[in-house]
Amino acid sequence: MTNLIDLTVVDAAAALRRGDITQAELFQAYRDRAAADDTNSFTWLADELTLPAALGNEATPRPGTDTPLAGVPLAIKDLFCIAGVPTASASNLLRGYLPPYTATAVRLLQDAGATVLGKTNQDEFAMGSSNENSAFGPVLNPWDRTRVPGGSSGGSAAAVAAGLAPASIGTDTGGSVRQPAALCGVVGLKPTYGSVSRFGMIAFASSLDQAGPITRNVTDAALLFRAMTGPRDPADATSIGWDSAGELDLPTTERLDGLKIGVPIDLLGEGIEPGVRASFDATLKLAESLGAEIVEVQLPHARHALSAYYLLAPAEASSNLARFDGVRYGNRAEIGDGGLVELYTKTRHDGFGPEVKRRIMLGTYALSSGFYDAYYRRAQQVRTKIVEDFRAAYEQVDLIATPTSPTVAWGLGERTDDPLAMYQADVTTLPFSLAGVPAISIPSGLSEGLPVGFQLAGPAFSEPQILETAYALEQQIGFDGAAAFDGPAPAGKEQG
Amino acid sequence: MSAAYEPVIGLEIHVQLATKTKMFCGCELVFGDPPNTHTCPVCLGMPGILPVVNAEAIRLGLMIGLAFEGELAKRLVFHRKSYFYPDLPKGYQISQFDEPLVAGGRLGTVGLERVHVEEDAAKLTHLGASGRIGGSTASVVDYNRGGTPLAEIVTLPEIHSAEEASSWLRLLRETLRQLGVSDVNMEEGSLRCDANISIRPVGDTTLGTKTELKNMNSFRFIEQGINAEIARQIALVESGERVQQETLHFDPRTGSITSLRSKEGSHDYRYFPEPDMPPVPVPEELLTSAVAARDAVELPLQREARYRDELGLHAESARLLAFRPPLAAYFERVAAVEAKQQDETRLQQLANWIGNDLVRRLDAAEIADPADSKVEPAALAGVVDLVLAKTINRKAGEQVLDVLVAEGGDPAAIVEAKGLAAVGGGDELRPIVQEALDANPDVAEKLRSGNMKPIGAIVGHVMKQTKGRADGGEVTRITREILGL
Repeated sequence: MTNLIDLTVVDAAAALRRGDITQAELFQAYRDRAAADDTNSFTWLADELTLPAALGNEATPRPGTDTPLAGVPLAIKDLFCIAGVPTASASNLLRGYLPPYTATAVRLLQDAGATVLGKTNQDEFAMGSSNENSAFGPVLNPWDRTRVPGGSSGGSAAAVAAGLAPASIGTDTGGSVRQPAALCGVVGLKPTYGSVSRFGMIAFASSLDQAGPITRNVTDAALLFRAMTGPRDPADATSIGWDSAGELDLPTTERLDGLKIGVPIDLLGEGIEPGVRASFDATLKLAESLGAEIVEVQLPHARHALSAYYLLAPAEASSNLARFDGVRYGNRAEIGDGGLVELYTKTRHDGFGPEVKRRIMLGTYALSSGFYDAYYRRAQQVRTKIVEDFRAAYEQVDLIATPTSPTVAWGLGERTDDPLAMYQADVTTLPFSLAGVPAISIPSGLSEGLPVGFQLAGPAFSEPQILETAYALEQQIGFDGAAAFDGPAPAGKEQG
Repeated sequence: MSAAYEPVIGLEIHVQLATKTKMFCGCELVFGDPPNTHTCPVCLGMPGILPVVNAEAIRLGLMIGLAFEGELAKRLVFHRKSYFYPDLPKGYQISQFDEPLVAGGRLGTVGLERVHVEEDAAKLTHLGASGRIGGSTASVVDYNRGGTPLAEIVTLPEIHSAEEASSWLRLLRETLRQLGVSDVNMEEGSLRCDANISIRPVGDTTLGTKTELKNMNSFRFIEQGINAEIARQIALVESGERVQQETLHFDPRTGSITSLRSKEGSHDYRYFPEPDMPPVPVPEELLTSAVAARDAVELPLQREARYRDELGLHAESARLLAFRPPLAAYFERVAAVEAKQQDETRLQQLANWIGNDLVRRLDAAEIADPADSKVEPAALAGVVDLVLAKTINRKAGEQVLDVLVAEGGDPAAIVEAKGLAAVGGGDELRPIVQEALDANPDVAEKLRSGNMKPIGAIVGHVMKQTKGRADGGEVTRITREILGL
């Protein structure tokens, strides 16, 4: 009998279709592992293959094995609303909240035959790069349980890395899919902004948030991406509608002849760890050996991306989070006779964690009368410049590559007292987020026993080319993702 | 009011647009249903939910802009306006800021600054004696109203009295009603008005410090409120104090004005572009449809001008008909009835008979539209033409109209049946006038000396003799003839 846990999504779906395994046994195998999880990756686990009826919604149907995902269970980042399933975006303010609706991305996956295994831990409202800002406690990195898994989709990445789920979905605002994928040694794709509906995703920063798959390999990422992306969602005015994405072929490319990959020197300055740099350079060499041409590109405004991002994202967040006031849903604080102001103040004081409060204050300040021009408007101008940088760069090259994260996973608690150091973790992912363009992180090897991520990005709607290229590199790298399925990998074992 | 000061008033009017559903969701708009029965995750601001604009609201907004001949925006841009209050479930209102749907424009005597579209807040009810938040024991929220599409219409400060404000507002209300963009019902809150008020010494051109008078829900209160605020400002200035910029509440029960200034000081709404709805071009088909709908309506000012300038009606009649479309439609049907005398006099007479005599009778019978009455347009024309031809006098005409309103029928037949035909012509009337003069020698004497005041006695005598069927003008003419005047 096959070891169920070793099957990728594509393999598991094929096995289900052939009848080699059943949906119930696959679900139960992961359910048992997830229930015994010691990385704190989950905030909620399903009891059954199908979700029960809730709040006027019918029970989810048991998927047919003739569907693309054939009943494979997926781990879903907590911030995706699923009807009747606890959805808190890892915040105490929403702990216990049961939405009456299901996010479009989740529904599309269900329509494609996915089942829901559980909700995964994350940074509260997706604000963080280490998954330490969670009301459910930090997630531990499966490769080394004294280290962070990255964030904000830390639980989604850790669950896949630890073999607790065949695959998961997360959201990426400034790197929240790619960076934890890199730190956990799995694949994470952030699609073009607008290609996956945001309906039902509890918003962090509306103009940046984008859902994407976190998987063991590139082929699974392509499969999930294909299922999540679809026609324009009438419930999301920023949804673009990409009908043909549903017909995307799973990647098969072996050679990269004629492909031009740009390396932005502006993003490879100080702060990149030597081990990360070495893995990155080795991967570029592999690309060359497959026929790709590596050239330097200029992204002159990319170094301002961090500053612009930490104005724009908090500004939008400060507004998006205003609805959490304890009046209509969520957890309302007990109050004395202080009336409405006390209700608001105490509910938000008790409900939000420190990082969320910090960003609400940052964002409120940036939007305040008298500061708007100097901060918000200026940051928007920088964003426009960055978009132009990418446009110019993609006239010279097909794709752009950088390390996904300047460092490997760091120790728990190491940066929690230094928000600026924490924010630096996203320095190489942020520019792509601001430009709204797609990017993938694939594991390129280990440094000091910890995974290193290789980021590959392209112009809007270039996901097919990104996935094909990433697939070709993945075959050459030969990363052993299953090494962390049963506790930390043996120390010092270098890969790739 | 002291003549030394000139009030300067600008109005901000919120109009609920007559769409079937809300601004950013599919919830039905029904006034008066039980609280919180027309809500959904969008208009309750639930987590992860996104707004999608109602195209019909934009179309109605464009129609308003076309009616005002303002400049229509090329693209649709929304902003978030942030403040915390239970009537605002998202903590921000989706509104427009620096790119309103309509810029500029004019309605009658008052220029417009802008028209923008936004969503309405929910309805808060404060329980307790005052009905206001201060001193209330609890507040309850009805989200049925939350998310209703609104057009906010902002005028330039070009109004200079409370009466002018209220009369212009009547014009605005009638214009919007006839456009069909809103129910404009002040009691139900589908039309709400705030006034920005300042005063300045007559002759000054700079603007004084303004105050904002909130939410006056009837024309009477608007006049009373504005007048009270003008008086308050003048009193302040005359006692050497300064007007403070603040938001005020007028209490029509006491006539008092109180400050609504919140404890936290002035609001910072932190406007920024709505990231959930990036700017989009105004769809061409929406504009085309708005233009067609606008052009299909003759608005009050247009109709008034046509009646006055082309048909020669008095300004008052023209305005009355223009403000009451069913009357105007009826007037046009009556005017189209063939008649010997087709001139401005007849049209004015028709307008008078419809605007006064008919309306009074229909109002008493609670009939809003003359088309719903028993008075056929040809019958009304018949009555007026009989009077104009002096076949009957006006009094008799009114009697015929009474019959028409009650039973309908043909005016000539009614005149015949009731014997209302005028005792007309010199031959028939002359002996009766002579008899009246003979019976009142003292009156005849005064008249002969040029004092026409007592002519009434002669007319009265003749009327009595003819049972009211004589024509008063004719009696006077014959009297003068007999007396050689």
